[in-house]
Amino acid sequence: MNDMDAMEKAAGAYQAGVEKTLSKFPERKKEFVTGSKSPVGRLYTPLETKKIDYLRDIGFPGEFPYTRGVQNTMYRGRLWTMRQYAGFSTAEESNKRYKFLLEQGTTGLSVAFDLPTQIGYDSDHPLSQGEVGKVGVAIDSLADMEILFDGIPMDKVSTSMTINAPAAILLAMYIVVAEKQGIAPGKLNGTIQNDILKEYVARGTYIFPPEPSMRLITDIFAYCATDVSSWNTISISGYHIREAGSTASQEVAFTIADGIAYVDAAIKAGLDIDDFGPRLSFFFNAHNDLFEEVAKFRAARRVWSRIMKERFGAKNPKSMMLRFHTQTGGSTLTAQQPDNNIVRVAIQALAAVLGGTQSLHTNSKDEAMALPTEASVRIALRTQQVIAHESGAAETVDPLAGSYYVESLTDRIQEEAEGYIAKIDAMGGAVKAIERGYIQQEIQDAAYAYQMDIESGERVVVGMNKFQVREDPPKGLLRVDPAVGEQQTKKLQALKARRDNGKVAVTLATLKAAAIGSDNLMPPILDAVRVYATLGEICDVLREVFGEYQQKVIL
Amino acid sequence: MERTIRVLVAKPGLDGHDRGAKVIARALRDAGMEVIYTGLRQTPEQIVNAAIQEDADVIAMSILSGAHNHLFPRVLELLKDKGVDDVLVIGGGVIPDDDIPGLKAAGIAEVFTPGTPTSATIDFIRNNLKRKA
Amino acid sequence: MDAAALLAQRVRAGDVRATARLISMIERDDPSRLETLKTLHAWTGRAHIIGITGPPGSGKSTLTDKIVSELRNRKRRVAVVAIDPSSPFTGGAILGDRIRMNRHSTDESVFIRSLATRGHLGGLSRATSEAVRVLDAAGYDDIIIETVGVGQSEVDVVRLADTIVLVSVPGMGDDIQAIKAGVMEIGDVFCVNKADRDGAERVVREIRAMLETAVLNGASTRFSVLYASLAAESAIPDSVAPETHDYFQQGAAHHIAKQHHDHGELDLPPVLTTIAESGEGVRDLVDAIKAHETGLVSTGLLAIRRRENLAWELGKAAADRIQSVLEHEERKSAMAELASAVLEKRTDFYEALDKLERSLAAAYVAQES
Ligand SMILES: Nc1nc2c(ncn2[C@@H]2O[C@H](COP(=O)(O)OP(=O)(O)OP(=O)(O)O)[C@@H](O)[C@H]2O)c(=O)[nH]1
Ligand SMILES: [Mg+2]
Repeated sequence: MNDMDAMEKAAGAYQAGVEKTLSKFPERKKEFVTGSKSPVGRLYTPLETKKIDYLRDIGFPGEFPYTRGVQNTMYRGRLWTMRQYAGFSTAEESNKRYKFLLEQGTTGLSVAFDLPTQIGYDSDHPLSQGEVGKVGVAIDSLADMEILFDGIPMDKVSTSMTINAPAAILLAMYIVVAEKQGIAPGKLNGTIQNDILKEYVARGTYIFPPEPSMRLITDIFAYCATDVSSWNTISISGYHIREAGSTASQEVAFTIADGIAYVDAAIKAGLDIDDFGPRLSFFFNAHNDLFEEVAKFRAARRVWSRIMKERFGAKNPKSMMLRFHTQTGGSTLTAQQPDNNIVRVAIQALAAVLGGTQSLHTNSKDEAMALPTEASVRIALRTQQVIAHESGAAETVDPLAGSYYVESLTDRIQEEAEGYIAKIDAMGGAVKAIERGYIQQEIQDAAYAYQMDIESGERVVVGMNKFQVREDPPKGLLRVDPAVGEQQTKKLQALKARRDNGKVAVTLATLKAAAIGSDNLMPPILDAVRVYATLGEICDVLREVFGEYQQKVIL
Repeated sequence: MERTIRVLVAKPGLDGHDRGAKVIARALRDAGMEVIYTGLRQTPEQIVNAAIQEDADVIAMSILSGAHNHLFPRVLELLKDKGVDDVLVIGGGVIPDDDIPGLKAAGIAEVFTPGTPTSATIDFIRNNLKRKA
Repeated sequence: MDAAALLAQRVRAGDVRATARLISMIERDDPSRLETLKTLHAWTGRAHIIGITGPPGSGKSTLTDKIVSELRNRKRRVAVVAIDPSSPFTGGAILGDRIRMNRHSTDESVFIRSLATRGHLGGLSRATSEAVRVLDAAGYDDIIIETVGVGQSEVDVVRLADTIVLVSVPGMGDDIQAIKAGVMEIGDVFCVNKADRDGAERVVREIRAMLETAVLNGASTRFSVLYASLAAESAIPDSVAPETHDYFQQGAAHHIAKQHHDHGELDLPPVLTTIAESGEGVRDLVDAIKAHETGLVSTGLLAIRRRENLAWELGKAAADRIQSVLEHEERKSAMAELASAVLEKRTDFYEALDKLERSLAAAYVAQES
């Protein structure tokens, strides 16, 4: 009490001094703001953090509300998983890249699929033209998946797959390939993204409408809880929401609102919160505002743990822990002076580590222009290794805790996120809010404001709207061979000639019946995959039963 | 009276990253243009027919997936087939510099890569309309 | 052949580009369009014009998309005119209706055109009616006008439709109020969309109650005029229609008749539910729309309506012309001069008014020649 009185007095004196200084030397700007445009004060002191109750709001690492992290020793025990997202062209090419990455010291794989695969079309579909193998690897059937993981020990690596609408099918392929390697499903480690709601608002690779999509997701939850118990069944993603232009608080809010919707759906499907809760994982972005980003991760953990405990009555602490993967912000990279991106990525990666991430992808400097080359992928990975082994950031747990500024920011992001979540609750949850276009509208308004700030010069992007130089176009970018589409199509034709088409037809018919009914869809999908039914064939059956989602465009 | 410029903003191909397309749509509107937005996953056929029915002065397309070398020229081909030669066609997205000459040769009037301010696109449209009256 | 006649010929031949180009000329009020419109006039009057209006976001475009599909199943050629507001500040607009219908853009028998209000709502009703006539002459069998139903100016836009569908949705609180506040009179078919949401049945009941009240109060509505004519028609001696007392003998007319039975003595228009997203209820809606047209034709009301509408349009166009004369600089200074005279008691208000009117008439005549 007395301390605080003394503080306030001292703060008053400081303020008076500041006024005097300002009269002679005005500050650089009228208003200082964070990367997400929230006001930043001149100075943070215990006065700003006095309403924080340490045990209630911050607590100890590995303990509720997990503000300081989900493990008690954090990176002193084990460093985060260095996981570089990769995949392009054919399964053969991508397999080579994975082996390269493993040799270089990555500790987990992250599979990028091409757009036809993500949207459930085979490589020979008319809409696949020009897209095959472009943004990721083309997978048409189990045969491609066998090649993709050839010679990779699937019981030793953890694999993350960025796949959403057809997640059940790719997971089924992964399980079957592992079986063929003699590895039981229970031994598999990894993640499928499986987060359809953010596809509707930010990423666009949806296939089916919300209701059957949610069913596919909860079917995966239920199947994995017993059979593939170490698998992360979903990666609830704020990454793309942020890429689409949201602020940091919106990223937390909309991601957690989506998470609430998945939990609600699973509970409605009869699952127990503590059966699937521990397998939920998250995926966030890391932007340039170091402190705000660190605060974001800390706030996200606090908000989620309270929701799981207080709203859903989770008992198992593992259900309350928000574990997350981070990728540095793709939209912050510039095509101008691409070397500057290395610096951005370093700051962003540091934010993720100081924020307690479980795994991390660092973008390569040339990603604003093309797929990354091996050389630029190596620098990106080295950036993580420098942070891990040289910066000292991994040597103690949650080093920024107690910073008046970071704790204030953490509180602010928590409050803003909770405000949004309350609004979304009032609309009937995330699915309803998306149907109304509310979330899309909020993101787009933020995206537009961001762009206008860049154009007015209010937001400085080094090398792009300030400190420009004349430069030659970059050389040596990675290109995907345009013949990939034809190669895949030939492979498909050969496959269809060689497989037992009778069996394919039978399994697809069984799948259709299951889709019309209410049985878990994982077993019939596994059966279809085993006999080499293609991804497109399986999705067509589901499209026929479920229909297709129509985009809600909000402008 | 100044003529109102009509722009068809389209996303050909399968990629769902429409942040750029939507930002540009808004910016063009705020610059006084009429923007017909066609949404995701549009085929070249849909884009060209829509542009004709809407009597658009400009077709502005955005692709981030790398499918531009296939899809942009296809749109121009279809326009040509239908005898349309007075529509300004521009493109944007993640497009390597090496690809730009080829796209221009195919008839894309300008290619806007990441970091281009919306004002540059607006000015380009105003100064390069193929139809004046 | 001169340019205007050539353009008309191309439109008649179903040339999509020519049609689109002519609509652009209409939008910018380009005087050179008039010759073409005059030529095309002979070919108008065949299409069934359908207005779809309702509050923002009620699903009008989604519904239109599904109606187009249904009409295509019935082998009709369909055109859509979708209207979106322009920004009053920049004049720009994002025309978003097309997104929901663009899958039809590869169907040669469908034409979709977005129109912006361009700040002049009066001009919009003119532009819309001209565009509709062009599409009519171009041979489209059904022409759908989609517009947001909020104010009088928008009502002016859809009034040229033969059949007006009023769309409402559950859970919009003030939605019903909006209908009450003046647009209900123009509805021919009522549609409660988003029936997958809670409360659709309640909205249906509320609309029916409102319609009943209107009928009981003897309010003048488009539908009550139709039902009165239908009643008069069915009162024709049995020799004409011996085997039925129903209004229609055709299946397509089933809906109006059914509504009639549902409500005992009161003649109420159909109130249907739809789920535009899945297409549920759309076939019935199209049946009701077509049954309405059948009713208009069989009673001769279609011709009467169109005549009334044209008279209204003529009046409005004349008023617009007079307005433009009035807004001429010369007139403005004359008015300022007259106002001073009134203020300074050199003349009185009515004398000034007479004087203004005379100068106006002279200027009008001068402008005409
Ligand atoms: N749940 C549900 N949503 C629908 C239905 N019909 C349309 N929608 C959704 O409602 C939103 C608005 O649909 P639109 O068709 O654009 O509505 P509109 O009336 O044309 O909108 P404006 O032209 O902007 O006034 C979209 O997100 C549609 O997907 C329906 O039957 N049920
Ligand atoms: Mg609409």
